[in-house]
Amino acid sequence: MKVKYFAWVRERIGKAEETVEPPDSVRTVDDLIAWLAKRGEAYGHAFETPKVIRAAIDHAHVKPDTMIAGAREIAFFPPMTGG
Amino acid sequence: MTANVTIRIQEADFDIGREISALTNGRTDVGAVVSFSGICRGVEGSEAIAALTLEHYPEMAEAEIARHAETAMSRWPLTGVTVIHRVGRITPGENIVLVLTASQHRQAAFQAAEFLMDYLKANAPFWKREEKPTGTSWVDARHHDDDAAARWTKS
Repeated sequence: MKVKYFAWVRERIGKAEETVEPPDSVRTVDDLIAWLAKRGEAYGHAFETPKVIRAAIDHAHVKPDTMIAGAREIAFFPPMTGG
Repeated sequence: MTANVTIRIQEADFDIGREISALTNGRTDVGAVVSFSGICRGVEGSEAIAALTLEHYPEMAEAEIARHAETAMSRWPLTGVTVIHRVGRITPGENIVLVLTASQHRQAAFQAAEFLMDYLKANAPFWKREEKPTGTSWVDARHHDDDAAARWTKS
C-alpha cells in the first residue's frame, strides 16, 4: 500500500511517500504506526507520540482502531492548522 | 435554481468582490451573502511573523471541503457556497482563505459560514509553518478549534 506523510511527520521521516508491505499481523492504523515506528530512528522520531498523529485512508479521516485491509493510500500527519 | 458551489485550492490570491458577484449575478433569489476572509497576521503573541507557508494534501483537501460544503447545503437552505483556500508562501496582510455563503435570508448564511470555517480549521488537511526571526516552526493546532468544530455535531 502507498503511505504518505505531511508537515512535520514528512520532515522527520525525510520523504513524502513510499510503498510499504506490512505483515498480516498489522491490522489497524495503530498497528501500522507501531510497525512504521520500528523502521529506524527517523520513523521512531516521527511517531514518538502516536496519539497526536492523525490518519486518513483513501482521503477520509479514520480513527486509530480502523482496519487497514483494502486501503490503497494511508496518510499520516499532525493535527491540521488550515483556515 | 440550483445552488452555485465553487471550491478551489490555489497559490494565487482571490478577488472577494468578484467571488461575491459570481454567487449573485443573474439570480434574484439571493437575499444574503456572508463573507469570511482569513488573513495572515504579522504577529503571533509577541513574536513577529515574516510569512506563513501552507502545505496541503491535495486530493483529500478537495474531498474534505466538498464534503463539508455538501453538509452545509443539506443543513441550511443555501443558494451558493464558495470556499477558496490558498497554499504556498503567504505574507502578513495577504488573504489565506475565503468562505462565502449565500441564501434567501441572513441566518442560514451566517450559520453556514461559521460551520464551514470551524470545520475547515479542524478537519481540512492543511498545515501552516511560520517564519519568525528565531527560525521556522510548524503551527500547533489549537484545542478550541476542535471544540468549535465539535459543537456543530451536538444537538
